[in-house]
Amino acid sequence: MTPPRPGQVIAPDQAPPDSAAGSTHEDDLRIVGTPFRRVDGWAKVTGQTRFADDMTFPRMIHMRLVRSTLPHAFIQSIDTSKAEEMAGVVGVLTGKDMPEPFGILPVSQDEHALCLEKVRFVGDPVVAVAALTEDQAADACSAVKIEYEPLTTISSVDEALETHEPLIHDYGDEGNLHKKISLQFGAVEDGFAEADEILEDVMFYEGSTHLPMEQHAAVAVPEGGGRITLYTSTQTPHYVHKVLAQVLGMPASRVRVIACSVGGGFGGKSDIFNHEIAVAKMALVTGRPVKICLNREEVFYCHRGRHPVLMHLRTGFTKDGAMVAQHLKTALDGGAYGSYGVASTYYTGALQTVTYGLPRYRFDSIRAFTNKPPCGPKRGHATVQPRFALEVHLDKAAQRLGIDPADLRLNNLLPPDSITANYLKVGSIGLGACIQAVVDGSGWRERFQSLPHGRGLGLACGSYLTGAGLPIHWNHLPQSAVQLKLDRTGTVAAYCGEAEIGQGSDSVLAACVAEVLGIGLDDVLLCVGDTGLTPVDLGSYSSRVTLMVGRAAIQAAERARDRLAEAVAEKLDVPADRLVFAESRVFDSGSPENGMPFAEAVQQAEEKFGALATTGSYAPPRAPGRYRGSGVGPSPTYSYSACVIEVEVDPETGLYRVEHVWIAHDIGRAINPVLTIGQVEGSVYMGLGEAMMEEQVFRRLPKSRSSALVHKVPSMLEYKSPTFHEMPPVTTYLIEDPDPEGPFGAKEVGQGPLLPVIPALANAIFDAVGVRIDQVPIGPHMIRKALEDKEAGGDGRYGPKSFPDIDFGVPLMVPTPDEGGDGRATNTEEAGVRKGSGTMTDGVRKGSKP
Amino acid sequence: MDRYTTATLRVNGQDLQVVFPTHHTLLEVLREECGLTGTKHGCELGECGTCTVLVDGEPVLSCLALTAEMEGRSIETVEGLQDGNELHPLQAAFADLGAAQCGYCTPGMLMTATALLAENDDPSADEIRTALAGNLCRCTGYHKIIEAVEWAAGVVRGDAGAGPAREVLFGSSVPGEGS
Repeated sequence: MTPPRPGQVIAPDQAPPDSAAGSTHEDDLRIVGTPFRRVDGWAKVTGQTRFADDMTFPRMIHMRLVRSTLPHAFIQSIDTSKAEEMAGVVGVLTGKDMPEPFGILPVSQDEHALCLEKVRFVGDPVVAVAALTEDQAADACSAVKIEYEPLTTISSVDEALETHEPLIHDYGDEGNLHKKISLQFGAVEDGFAEADEILEDVMFYEGSTHLPMEQHAAVAVPEGGGRITLYTSTQTPHYVHKVLAQVLGMPASRVRVIACSVGGGFGGKSDIFNHEIAVAKMALVTGRPVKICLNREEVFYCHRGRHPVLMHLRTGFTKDGAMVAQHLKTALDGGAYGSYGVASTYYTGALQTVTYGLPRYRFDSIRAFTNKPPCGPKRGHATVQPRFALEVHLDKAAQRLGIDPADLRLNNLLPPDSITANYLKVGSIGLGACIQAVVDGSGWRERFQSLPHGRGLGLACGSYLTGAGLPIHWNHLPQSAVQLKLDRTGTVAAYCGEAEIGQGSDSVLAACVAEVLGIGLDDVLLCVGDTGLTPVDLGSYSSRVTLMVGRAAIQAAERARDRLAEAVAEKLDVPADRLVFAESRVFDSGSPENGMPFAEAVQQAEEKFGALATTGSYAPPRAPGRYRGSGVGPSPTYSYSACVIEVEVDPETGLYRVEHVWIAHDIGRAINPVLTIGQVEGSVYMGLGEAMMEEQVFRRLPKSRSSALVHKVPSMLEYKSPTFHEMPPVTTYLIEDPDPEGPFGAKEVGQGPLLPVIPALANAIFDAVGVRIDQVPIGPHMIRKALEDKEAGGDGRYGPKSFPDIDFGVPLMVPTPDEGGDGRATNTEEAGVRKGSGTMTDGVRKGSKP
Repeated sequence: MDRYTTATLRVNGQDLQVVFPTHHTLLEVLREECGLTGTKHGCELGECGTCTVLVDGEPVLSCLALTAEMEGRSIETVEGLQDGNELHPLQAAFADLGAAQCGYCTPGMLMTATALLAENDDPSADEIRTALAGNLCRCTGYHKIIEAVEWAAGVVRGDAGAGPAREVLFGSSVPGEGS
């Protein structure tokens, strides 16, 4: 194989058949839609990519953290005197050195870089020590003495509901509840009255963590002029920048955050972490570059992963399988801090409406504080848990109503360009084509309910955002921006705040610029994820980058193209609208030989206009919802996925094996199909991990050892994740129907394909052995128990029995569009909610009561 | 106090004299004393395979290998895979197929796969799975890695027709829509 150059198109002769992605030819695209080597590929396979822990600087010292050994306690005293005298120690910090609270959401400013008065989980950081070597820092950490006064530990949602004292935090909606929500869209009870069948389910989704291969690391470097630079493994350099300036008490203009290549994020590096702030403070105090790299156990404590969620779902169906009303209740175990939790809480209800018609909908939810590492966003954020519940629930409805599960879904698809009962504006919907593809591909029509006992097929669907509609900090600024600098060599430098976390965002940026300007991918130089040099992009979360960066890049490139065209038109004496940009040339479409190389076109334009630079930016359209809570859920467009799983279950042992996965994803258009498939396969993998084995769980130590609530498996060996051997064959279908909002029609792919995988497995197990497992991960013992239950005349089910009795008060009533609603709530006063359309817009400072 | 050891390590065909704390692992010395940060770490407990390097041609978890025992052994890291400025077929295939997404597990995967191909230049998908099963990857779902190793094996064998199947690059053809 001749080694292709970075970005070289690898399969020019493997053009897709017209039927699959024929639009590639119609639109005359040269790069978009063709598999190409990712632009950062060369560096990643040669060891040249520099992750945060690969950075070194002259005079650099190393930092370690002392973490709490108790789950909930007051800090009585901290004695660092011995540590300070130890060999090599350069600096020691405690909470009082950084007393300013912070949090990723303005409404949850409940963290401190190092704990001040209280620790809230085993692993909460209390002291930072920096020394000449990492070994010396670790030794000095062992010499730090902390005395605690233990407090009652709250280990679950139930305990949070029962425990009124002590409070884990001095803010929140009620007691130890961080958040409590009740929303009602339309006359839900009227809907249930019209129903032919009402189905009720209680389901549980266990928490799991991201388990990125890269342990979090950061290096802080003090610079001249009162500046500090932080190199860090983050998905969100912009938010790290904001919080760092806030806690350090420095002007944001003196703080620079550089997102290094991230060695796996999946949502786990989208918060700002204690160590990022502490390492920056240590650099300012010692005047030296300081590095911290967390060990694997500490990565489990950083967490911010999937919330454990208990769900109660009640739905009214017509005999044809159409949903007429639904009431969803969710209870989230949030862990010790707010993190993204308020958004997570809303997300457990927000996207229930975007796949199938649902005219009336009620959603109640709580998020409890518990003494465990904080939960937050993991791939699919908090839409994954209710999607599991809904898709299993629909499978049961299909069974009860005698309708094929595929038909039940196909017959009730939400029409394109709908406004849902909760005021989400949905654009293109490729879900029908997705279902059709996996049904045909898996032989569903012939094989479902017809395989031998022990073998089964399950189907499920999902949908996800292509970027959150609202920024975390409410403003009217662009959510993504790109600046281009064109130089005389024909090189185009693209500056953008996006953060490459492996998903291929650098390649999307380069492809969009190169496509518009008709140059090669290797003619585009990137400068990304640097808050000092690049315009703001909000970061790699909510599947927003392809759409938002792509749109900004296209706008900047089109503006550059217009400038070049004006200069070239004058030179060639050809109307500008007849010029073509392709093959690194600019030429007359009427006589292609009449033209010039791209580099010369840049020179012509520079002669005419001076140095060349253009900008592009993107902000999503405004969503129609005007009620409090409507800020979570809107997106420029939604992706759709459908999945069929084939499973083999041994009824004797409950052991099962996933034999095959068919998955179809409505991508709008694949910018780079080979990377797109990688995202789909990676999503299937992570979904299977959650469905089959992954769990972030805790246990209490024996009384003789403090009874502390500790992580059960904070190591990669014991936290089970799928290896090569557990990964089944996957057949992937890309459904391409360009969406007008997306760059070249593209929608997201990084998160959506995970969603249908988990319920598809549960549904397949039912087809195989006739029992319902209403919780994940699905262990063999659950299947055995359900089979035993069935043999004993029970309903053959394993799962939670009940949802706690919670008074959700008066719901916020929002008439639906069908009822003539305008997106506003009608009882804001009565429901006791403040005015405002976003959940994250009103800054509530620490300590203030809602 | 750290005690230090001096040793000559043969890394990627070159002898390097290093002084290091005696208890430090090969992983630490490669990254810190030799400046070869291409070798990554994911757990430092021998659980994830990320830090795999070759010692005398065998895959070894460098986080569990004591540097003091490495004198006289031949150590290969990802930095030694290229031939001049040309990528090794495994490197090229990993880059082209997106078998490296975040790229963090990639050096360990590449080294383990290098050892596999040295032993067997026509491995089945199952043989690739078994050889690489000790290396975790959280991004790819493993398929693109298997496909990249298959492609590279074909190149190593000199198979002129080696290359990824259409569905590896574009996905499977949607049923009922032609080819």
